[in-house]
Amino acid sequence: MKRRITRRDVLKGASAAALTVYASPIRASAPAAEAVTPALIEAAKKEGRVVWYTSVDLPLAERVAKAFMTKYPGVTARVERSGAERIFSRISQEYGSNIRAVDVVNSSDAAHLIVWKRGGLLQPYVTEDVAKHYSAEHKDPDGQFASFRVFLCPIAYNTNLVKKEEAPKSFKDLLDPKWVGKIVKAHPSYSGTILTATFQMSRDIGWQYFEKLAQQKIMQVQSASDPPKKLALGERAIMADGVEYVVFQLKEKGGPIEFVYPSEGTPLIIGPNAIFKAAPNPNAARLLQQYMFSAECQQLCIDHGGLRSAHRLAKEKPGRTPLSQIKLMKDDAAGVEKESDNIKKRYTQIFKV
Amino acid sequence: MTIAVPAQIAERRSLKIDFTWPVLITFALLLCVLVILPVTWLVIYSLSSVDEVTKAREFTLAHFANLFTDPEFVNPLITTLVVAVSSSTACCVIAAPMGWLVARTDLPYTRAIRALVTASFVTPPFLGAIAWEILAAPNSGLLNQLYRFVTGAEQGEYLFNIYSLPGLIFVIACYTFPYIFVLIANALDRIPGDLEDASAILGGKTWTTAWKVTIPLALPALLAGVLIAFLQAMILFGSPAILALPAGFHTMTTKIWSLFQYPPKPELAAAASLPLLVVTVLLLRGQAMILGRKGYSIVGGKGADPRLIKLGWFVVPAMGFVAIVLMMPVFLPYFALFNAAFSPIATTLLTPLNFTLHNLHFTFFELSSTQVALKNTFILGSLAATLGTVLALVISYITAREAVTGHRFLGFLATAPIAIPGIVLGVGLFLSYTRPPFVLYGTLWILLIAYITIELPAAYQQLQSAFRAVHSELEDASRILGATRLRTLRDVTAPLLRTSVIATWCFIFVSVIRELSAAIMLFTSETKVVSVLIFDLKESGDLGAIAVLGLSMLLLTFTVVILMNRIPGFGGTRLRNT
Repeated sequence: MKRRITRRDVLKGASAAALTVYASPIRASAPAAEAVTPALIEAAKKEGRVVWYTSVDLPLAERVAKAFMTKYPGVTARVERSGAERIFSRISQEYGSNIRAVDVVNSSDAAHLIVWKRGGLLQPYVTEDVAKHYSAEHKDPDGQFASFRVFLCPIAYNTNLVKKEEAPKSFKDLLDPKWVGKIVKAHPSYSGTILTATFQMSRDIGWQYFEKLAQQKIMQVQSASDPPKKLALGERAIMADGVEYVVFQLKEKGGPIEFVYPSEGTPLIIGPNAIFKAAPNPNAARLLQQYMFSAECQQLCIDHGGLRSAHRLAKEKPGRTPLSQIKLMKDDAAGVEKESDNIKKRYTQIFKV
Repeated sequence: MTIAVPAQIAERRSLKIDFTWPVLITFALLLCVLVILPVTWLVIYSLSSVDEVTKAREFTLAHFANLFTDPEFVNPLITTLVVAVSSSTACCVIAAPMGWLVARTDLPYTRAIRALVTASFVTPPFLGAIAWEILAAPNSGLLNQLYRFVTGAEQGEYLFNIYSLPGLIFVIACYTFPYIFVLIANALDRIPGDLEDASAILGGKTWTTAWKVTIPLALPALLAGVLIAFLQAMILFGSPAILALPAGFHTMTTKIWSLFQYPPKPELAAAASLPLLVVTVLLLRGQAMILGRKGYSIVGGKGADPRLIKLGWFVVPAMGFVAIVLMMPVFLPYFALFNAAFSPIATTLLTPLNFTLHNLHFTFFELSSTQVALKNTFILGSLAATLGTVLALVISYITAREAVTGHRFLGFLATAPIAIPGIVLGVGLFLSYTRPPFVLYGTLWILLIAYITIELPAAYQQLQSAFRAVHSELEDASRILGATRLRTLRDVTAPLLRTSVIATWCFIFVSVIRELSAAIMLFTSETKVVSVLIFDLKESGDLGAIAVLGLSMLLLTFTVVILMNRIPGFGGTRLRNT
């Protein structure tokens, strides 16, 4: 009896801890929401440029930047793309050497935002769209960041190489000997998506899964957007992880690629956006943040990029399985933050690279 | 009268200050900073760790203990040795007969063959590795597709798997064999024909002469070439990062690089760098010893042209052999890049129907890093070439003319960077220039320093041999007529050295463009160069953009190489010598 109560307490504590990531009501002190004013546009134009560090797949990131530049001519948006973990270490190195290059950041590892916020690096700024159309779980109570993108990290396969009825249904199915040498997988030391997914999967299905997967002679790539591309090339038959949105892009262009949302649940990835306090182009950064959280940009990311959105007015594209019908793993940025170094270390031990 | 003369001299001295000494001292100091600073920091880091409580640096041997006991480091160390030994052996087996065919037989088209070897020499090895992925990835690779198409083999069967240890060794060999080829061909070019004539007069048949005379004379050059090939294979970063990581293994260079991922472990990286440094120094000593004995090969005197062996019907297999060898580093990879640049999917064969300019458009009009990277590469290439040439010129002047005491030490410093692998230098520079008094990280300066340091030895050796060819009596005449050392250098020596100077400039420029391993440790978002951008694109699998950027890089490189060959009296021999 006593034992059960303790356990429940622990669970309660854990879920409360998970919630506090986004919604700690006591310390909530978000600034008032701001709209796009002619003054802001003017000031942004005076700065003339804005630098966005992001881990969004390059063509989509450039597309967003281009759409922004078309809407606000006179402000050049430069995309600095790499894996979220690389972006994080890049920013640490740059800030460690007093280099202030980044204006706006987007990371597929939501834990990074916790670290930056704790370090006092982020600029509180709430756009009207975020205030009105984003639910509490998708914005920082102190107004320092909000969910720019939401997507999954599913399994997928090449339909020329794998028949639908033979396709795996779960992560555990990937351990079947028939998939030896046929799986491609991305790396958690590069990709925030994979780090987050590895955290959720090791929590829900255990590290033994990865230990067995390492025996399958997987092809180890870096970026989570690479496995779908390797499937489309026909280089490997199955991806054990990778970003959902690139699979949507390829599939809707007629590529031989199909999803599996595994029966254990699919890792849910949230990619927040934030402005740095020391941004060299503070006004252009605000304008970019405004644009990125607008329904217009969010819809562009859905329609052309295959992303999902936390914006209430954004509409899912017909033909795609809605999030509500997919069994999801629970996201827990605070948990990722605590485990991050450990996950990278353990992963390297298991997979040798 | 007698009083007036000294006054006159004093007056003239005050007007014409000889800047020689300040200039020489400045250059010596500069060289010390360039070379000694990064190495010092490497050693300090590798032998210390930061105490968590006191934040003070404390002496420890733990990193080295870790390095030689933890399989996480021991395995890459062994892999690196295996890769270096096998690829240098493979290079030797291929390049030596090829060098002999080109230099010593009546094989046709030798100019074209030498030009193609130069092409494989200037092709960045990481670009070659990516091209070979497109060709020989087990399932999507073009060659494996061809194999399945021809033999009707099942899906999933393949002929080549580039993501493997043999695959890596092969690709590394493709881009290191020119080192051996050049040394062998040059050595054979220089062997006088009289020695062979003597053998023939004594009754030796063609093949006996080749076996008993020509080949032994070329052996020192061969051994030196093998050492260089070994060294190159050991310190390459791009090819293993591209081919070994997907297969699940590390080499030392990729391991050092991974130690800089978050959370960074600079102390371990420094410790892991030092074995590379030590092995390089030892190998270079070995090479110097072997080359030092080379003198005997030209004892027979000069004059007679090398005797060319008539191949007869053997010319057909010989030509076939050379063609196949050149397919590997040049024809096939260039074809793969071209295919990837203009086809919608990199591994779909290009046809007039699926031809697309999408990748070209994306790379030059959408990719916002392209412009920055091209601009940085161009600025760094020209600056490093200019400053590097000036530095090498002054130092080689000092050492060739023995202008100051301690000139030998200057010469040693200028050659020393050859023993520092790019990635090790990257680590050292990172440690040196992210702290006061020189906070250069994040600026182009740190990359400029890296490039100049890396290219200095080759530039110095080229210019020093050029200086030796200009007799000092011309300079003496100028000095006697009252010119200062600097003025003499400018008005007399420099014009005589013009072609060598231009060749050195081009050589540094081309080398900077293809450098990846130091740049990967030192770049920031604003100081990205093309090679780093290509590596970034590789990690997210954007092959189309890589192909376009890669081809642009090659285009720029070949433009410079061809311009260099147009310089009268130069004729391309200088590049072959490096």
